[in-house]
Order: sequence, then structure tokens, then C-alpha cells
Amino acid sequence: MSAIETFRAETRAWLEANCPESLRGAAASGELVWGGSQVEFANEDQRLWFERMRDRNWFCPDWPAAYGGGGLSPEEDAVLQQELKRLKCRPPQINLGIWMLGPVLLEFGTEEQKQRLLTPMTRGEVRWCQGFSEPNAGSDLANIRTTAVDAGDHYVVNGSKIWTSYGDKSDWMYALVRTDNSSAKKQEGISLLVLDMHAEGVEARPIDLISGKSSFCEVFFDNVKVSKDNLIGPLNGGWTLAKRLLQHERSAMSKFGEFSLPTHFDLMTILGDYLPDADTPSDIALRARAQACALDEHAYNLTVQRMGQQARARQDVSGIAAIMKLVHSEQEKQKFELLVDAMGHRALGWDGDEFSEQELAISKAWLMSYTQTIAGGSSEVQLNVIAKRVLDLPDAPKGGAK
Amino acid sequence: MNLIYNEEQRMLLDTAQEFFAERSPVSALRALRDRNDELGFEPALWQEMTELGWTAIPFPESLGGLEFGYTGMGTVFESAGRHLSASPLLSSVVLCGSILEQGGSATQQESWLAELVAGNKRLALAVDEGSRHNPHNLALSAVRTETGFQLDGEKVMVVDGLQADGWIVAARTGDAADAISLFIVPADTPGVEQKRQNLIDSRNTARLTFTHVQVAPEQLIAELDKGAPILESALDRGRACIAAELQGACEELFKTTLEYLRTRVQFDVPIGSFQALQHRAAWMHVDIELARSSLMAALDAIDSGDAQAAQLVSLAKWKVGQMADKVSSEAVQMHGGIGVTDELDVGLYFKRIRVLQALLGDADYHLNRAAPLLEEA
Ligand SMILES: Cc1cc2nc3c(=O)[nH]c(=O)nc-3n(C[C@H](O)[C@H](O)[C@H](O)COP(=O)(O)OP(=O)(O)OC[C@H]3O[C@@H](n4cnc5c(N)ncnc54)[C@H](O)[C@@H]3O)c2cc1C
Ligand SMILES: Cc1cc2nc3c(=O)[nH]c(=O)nc-3n(C[C@H](O)[C@H](O)[C@H](O)COP(=O)(O)OP(=O)(O)OC[C@H]3O[C@@H](n4cnc5c(N)ncnc54)[C@H](O)[C@@H]3O)c2cc1C
Repeated sequence: MSAIETFRAETRAWLEANCPESLRGAAASGELVWGGSQVEFANEDQRLWFERMRDRNWFCPDWPAAYGGGGLSPEEDAVLQQELKRLKCRPPQINLGIWMLGPVLLEFGTEEQKQRLLTPMTRGEVRWCQGFSEPNAGSDLANIRTTAVDAGDHYVVNGSKIWTSYGDKSDWMYALVRTDNSSAKKQEGISLLVLDMHAEGVEARPIDLISGKSSFCEVFFDNVKVSKDNLIGPLNGGWTLAKRLLQHERSAMSKFGEFSLPTHFDLMTILGDYLPDADTPSDIALRARAQACALDEHAYNLTVQRMGQQARARQDVSGIAAIMKLVHSEQEKQKFELLVDAMGHRALGWDGDEFSEQELAISKAWLMSYTQTIAGGSSEVQLNVIAKRVLDLPDAPKGGAK
Repeated sequence: MNLIYNEEQRMLLDTAQEFFAERSPVSALRALRDRNDELGFEPALWQEMTELGWTAIPFPESLGGLEFGYTGMGTVFESAGRHLSASPLLSSVVLCGSILEQGGSATQQESWLAELVAGNKRLALAVDEGSRHNPHNLALSAVRTETGFQLDGEKVMVVDGLQADGWIVAARTGDAADAISLFIVPADTPGVEQKRQNLIDSRNTARLTFTHVQVAPEQLIAELDKGAPILESALDRGRACIAAELQGACEELFKTTLEYLRTRVQFDVPIGSFQALQHRAAWMHVDIELARSSLMAALDAIDSGDAQAAQLVSLAKWKVGQMADKVSSEAVQMHGGIGVTDELDVGLYFKRIRVLQALLGDADYHLNRAAPLLEEA
């Protein structure tokens, strides 16, 4: 047996023995464990799986052992991922630090920073949040205004962030801050800083959405002291790191998708319940619109499959990849609009026992679907990217494609 | 489900692209139109396509075919679509050929199918009767006589119906909804009147009127009253090939349009820099990708004998058709005034695309027919 085959056999045996049955397969929302200083386990199995993976150093299996990683080679890591997938093991914890900041630290951090910041990550002891967007810096991220001013041995941070997922529950934040106002290009003068969310002057407030309570926060900084060794990468060189970090965001988000149960509402089934007979021209037209929407979803799913096949055949998939987020989020929104049309006031309930659980869930999901065409790059920005990068159309005179 | 061309298919695609680009560019269609050519294609080109073996692609080896499947056929249709190259590949080989393959007797296969594949003869399929495609509502009747059958009725939108060596005619032979039978009617049979339906795409389309047409019993394909499933399956193969031709035509037209957006200057900038046009172009790209996936699924479903092949073909004809309507109208619009002139090829693409969209069921027809796909979801 070759070394890699031995590794596969051992890994498989270990996972079979150590991953609790109840943690194989997709998780319903709220059933995932978030690593951090305050880890909450819904049951004993979750705790066991968390601790076993931690003690095997497999929270970060491909990171160097020097920082608490598993020290696996890329081949071994690939085998581990395959075996995890084969058994449908859920991730033992979700941690933005590991998925997004970690790789950037490994590439750009100092030795001291790697020791200090990576090691607790590999133990699942710190929960991280991302402080990028600001009230005036959404699509135009480089427009951030939060400042970090040099005060000798530390920086003083003032300003605010918005849309910070779990800002109120996180221990540390990696944030983009302005460290130089003088440069003509706003992409210059930005730095990447990590800061303690428990520090004095930091306040996180959850935002209520049109759909109700949410995990997204506004975060305010009032003269927050951050020691200088928390600057990642070069001073004023944060934009490059931010772009790198956002590349990792995409793969992190797809991991989320893989492990959470999609709350799938089947359009045609529900339509059949609320609109059993379509007699009038308008009802028939509504059915036809729904049918078109559902078939479009089918075409989208086929496109996901085709992208995978093209990637495996080593063909360029950039043109397909660029449409995925746009199509999926717009289709979801359209689907809920149709459900709302078909269900009438049954889809307009807010709470209470007047409405079934499914009806209330559909109302919430419909309202939430509006966040999907904004978050992670709005639909318009996606269209700009397609126009510019895929279709090679010229730059707009002002604003527009980037 | 296999949604990409394999290496052999890609090679065929390359060959076909080069062939049509060189031997049948858009100027060839323009020439046919300008001389009001009723045949609607160049016999020499058809001969060459036959020699390249393309007429043999979908048939089993036992019938002299190459067994290269409809995915293979898709590569040829998509390439023909790119250059608006005209040939009777759809009418004679895909539609009539697959009826004979599936329902023809050994004698019929020998005297007709082999001749179609060899390019010596040409058949056209006569199905539609009304203004829109509706193969489940046929009125042309075939009534038993002492010597065979008598056909009475009318067919329209018969693709490549003029100057054919014969037609395969779908006729009603009973009262039951699906009591349909298929007959081979040789062109010299008395009582058939041919009239050209000159459509916007300048191709060969015929109206056939059958008045007391006498057909011998051996011209019946398969069993009496049992033609509907054979017809439906042939139509599906045809629909998938039409979708491939549309996809090719639209991708090419989109390319031309993008090039125009990059180069046409108004207000001192290329018009392609206007976001109002950029976003519409980006949506076209989205639709082209979704349509492509649906097309590939349909071709593969036919080749693999998928139980849902019919629905997947309809998904493709719907999605590609919908995309084609959008891409063709945006192409004209984005070319501004010159887009509505005959000088530009844009208009020729627009017209061919609209005919293909309507042919064998438009997007509305196939939206309905694809719907069972959604039941098992
Ligand atoms: C639910 C949710 C979760 C989020 N999570 C996070 C997070 O965890 N971390 C984080 O940092 N951020 C997060 N965000 C922020 C998100 O990235 C921004 O909301 C997004 O980039 C849009 O910015 P904005 O809200 O300021 O809108 P704006 O950029 O002000 O956009 C307003 C409108 O203008 C349009 N527009 C903007 N620019 C252009 C252009 N060039 N061309 C055409 N149209 C344009 C937009 O499409 C939009 O319709 C989240 C947002 C939401 C809604
Ligand atoms: C049938 C016909 C009759 C006509 N009769 C006359 C006549 O009698 N006298 C006369 O002087 N002219 C006439 N015209 C010309 C007509 O006014 C122009 O065709 C029209 O102004 C469009 O200009 P264009 O064709 O150069 O297209 P372009 O201006 O090149 O436009 C190409 C595309 O770009 C789009 N576009 C252009 N600028 C912008 C922008 N800023 N933002 C977003 N999109 C943009 C357009 O909408 C179009 O889709 C006629 C045209 C036609 C088709």
C-alpha cells in the first residue's frame, strides 16, 4: 500500500469511529457550531466531534503543525476532505477566521502574528467577524472612512462598520481601516487591522431587517486602542490583502451551502395547494409564470452541473462562474414573489397562530430573499463584472463597471 | 448526465465550424435569397456534407450509420446555425430518417433510409396543419380503400417540402386522439399540390394539398394507428437539433453585437460603455449559458434513452427559444438604425432565428410540455 493509501485507510477508520452518527448529513439552520471563546453545543455529540477534531489538529488540517495545524500535505488534505465528504461529516465548527483570515495571515503575517493569532484559531478558541462594509462603503468598498491614527505604540480607531455578521458574538474582528487620507487613489491608504471586540470603545448592535431580527450588526469604534503589532501586512497596503481575502470568501460561502440544509420551498407543489384550478386568464398566466420560473431553476441546476464537468475537463469556466450568484439570488427572489402572488394574504403573515408554520416561513424567506441580491456583491455589481470581465465591454465613462 | 462535448465531439465541432465558415457563409444564404431559389440550399454543399458522413451520424451501424448520436449531430447543427448555412439535414435525415429508423420496414429502410443517408434522395416531413404547431390535433385523413389508402387534407410549414423525392405524411386514421399513421408519399403521386410558403428566412417551406391521393399499403410506416409515438420521438430529435441550430445562431449573433458595442462610437465613447446596454448584454450572456446547459441535457437525454428525454427536449426548446427571442431582438435594437437594414447580416440572423423558434413548437408550446419535469422535484 502506498503512503497515501495508508493515510486514506487510517483516516477513514478514524472518521468512522469518531464522527458521531448524528453529525453526518446536512444540518438545519441554527444547528451548526461556531467556534470561539463561548462555544455553544446543542448536544453531547456536537461537543465530542468538536473536541476530537480539535485534539487531532484537524480544525486546520493543512496548516503547519508549528501553529497548531495538522501539517498535512496537499495530497493528504485532499484525501481527508474526500473522506469527510464521503461520510457527509458536518464541519466540527464554523469559523470565519480559519476560512478567510487564516490563509491571508499565513501568506502575509509576521512570525509573531502567526504564533499569536493562528494557534488559538486551530484550537477553536476565537470567533472572528469581518469588518469591511461601512455605511458609505458598500459596493464601493474602497470608500471606507473608519480611521486608524498612529499614536506612538498603538493606533486609535474611530468610525463604524455595518453588516458585520455576528459582530455581537465575535471575539475578534479583521477590519479595513484608513491609515492615510492624503493619497489621490482611495484604494491606497487602506490597511488591514485585527482588533479585540471586547476592547474598550467597541460596541456592536444587531440590525433589525425587514424580515425581523438578524445576526448582522452595526459596530461602532470610539477611540479604540489597537496595538501596532495587530497591523497585518504593510501599512497602507491593505487593499491587496482585502482582495485576497474576498477570494477566500467565495469558497467559504460555498462550504456553508454544502453543510446547511437548504430551506427549499417547492414552487409548483405550493402553487398547486393554493391555486388548484387555474380558470381565468390571469390565473393561467400566473401558473405559466410559475412554470417558467421553476424550469429556469432546472436550467440553473443543469448549469451548476455543467460548470463542474467543464472544470473537471480543465476548460475555462470563468464565464459560467460569473453568473452563478446573480442567477441564483434573482431566481430565488422571483420564486418568492410568485408564491406571494399565488398565496395572497397567506404569505403576508408576520407571526401568530393565524398562519401555519410554513406560511410564516415563506413570508420570512421572501423578505430575506431581498438581502441575497445585495449581500456579497449586488446584482448590479455582478452585471458590471460580467460586462467588463466576461464580455470585455469598455469601461463606463463614470462609475459603472470595475 | 453528460453536459459537455467529449473530445471526439469537439473535433467534429471544429471540423463543422470550419466547413460551414468556408463553404457556406452567410453570403451563401444571401445569394440563394437574391435569386429567389426555391430549393433553399446548394445541392453541391449537401453533397459534400453527405460525403463527410454527417448524414450517417445518428443512425446505428446496422443501418449504415456512424452511431455518433444526437450530441454529435448537435455539433453540426450548432455550426450550421452560426453561419446560417442551409441544408436539408433536419428535414430529410433527422426527421424523416429517424421515423424510418424507428418504424420503417426493411424494404422501406433499404429503398428510402439508405438513399437519404447517401444523399441520393430527399424526404420531407408533413405534420403541421394550423397556424401554430400542434401535432396532436391533425385532420388530414387517410381512409382505407380496396387498394390501399386515400389521403385528403392539407399540410403547411413542410420544411424542404419543395422538390423533394417524397414526403412522410402524418394522417388521421381513426377517431381516437392518437390514431395517427405515417405514410410515405412519393413526389410523383397524383393529387398532391405543392405551393411555396415564402417565409422571412428565405428557406424551402411548402404547403401541400392532398386531394384523393392514393397510397399503396406498403407505403404505410409501422402499424396502422400506431404512428404517434414514432412521430413524437422523431419530432423530439428534430426539436433538439433546432435548439442546437438556434444556440449556434444566437451565440454568433451575440458575438457580432458585442463587437458592435465595443466599436460603435456615439457621444464620444463606445456605446458598449453605457451601463444601460452593458447590463442588457450581461443578461443575454446569462440566458445563453442557461440555454446551453438545457440544450446539452436534451441531446444527452436522447442519446442515453433517458425516461424524461421528451421533457428535457422541451426544456431546451423552451429555454433556447426564449433566449433566442431576446438575443435576436436586442441585437437589432443595439445596432440602432443600421440594425433594421438589409445590408447587415443581423437581420438575416433575426429572421432565421424567429422561424426556428416557431418551428416544431415555440417557447410557449414547450413551456407546457416540459412541465412534468417539475413534478418529481
Ligand atoms: C444580509 C447582508 C449581509 C452582509 N454581510 C456582510 C458581511 O458579513 N461583511 C461585510 O463586510 N459586508 C456585508 N454586507 C454588506 C454588503 O456587502 C453590501 O451591502 C453590498 O456590498 C452593497 O453595498 P450597500 O448596501 O452600501 O449598497 P450600495 O453600494 O449603496 O448600493 C445601492 C444600490 O446601488 C447599486 N449600485 C452600487 N454601485 C453600482 C454600480 N457601480 N453600478 C450599478 N449599480 C450600482 C446597488 O446595486 C444597489 O442597488 C452584507 C449585506 C447584507 C444585506
Ligand atoms: C426607419 C428609420 C427612419 C429614419 N428617418 C430619419 C430621418 O428622416 N431623418 C434623420 O435625420 N434621421 C432618421 N433616422 C435616423 C434615426 O434618428 C437614428 O437611427 C437614431 O437616432 C439612432 O441612431 P443610430 O442609428 O446611429 O444608432 P446609435 O446611436 O448608434 O445607437 C446604437 C444603439 O446604442 C444605443 N445608445 C446610443 N446612445 C446611447 C446612450 N447614451 N445610452 C444608452 N444607449 C445608447 C441606442 O439606443 C441603440 O440601441 C431614421 C432611422 C430609421 C431606422
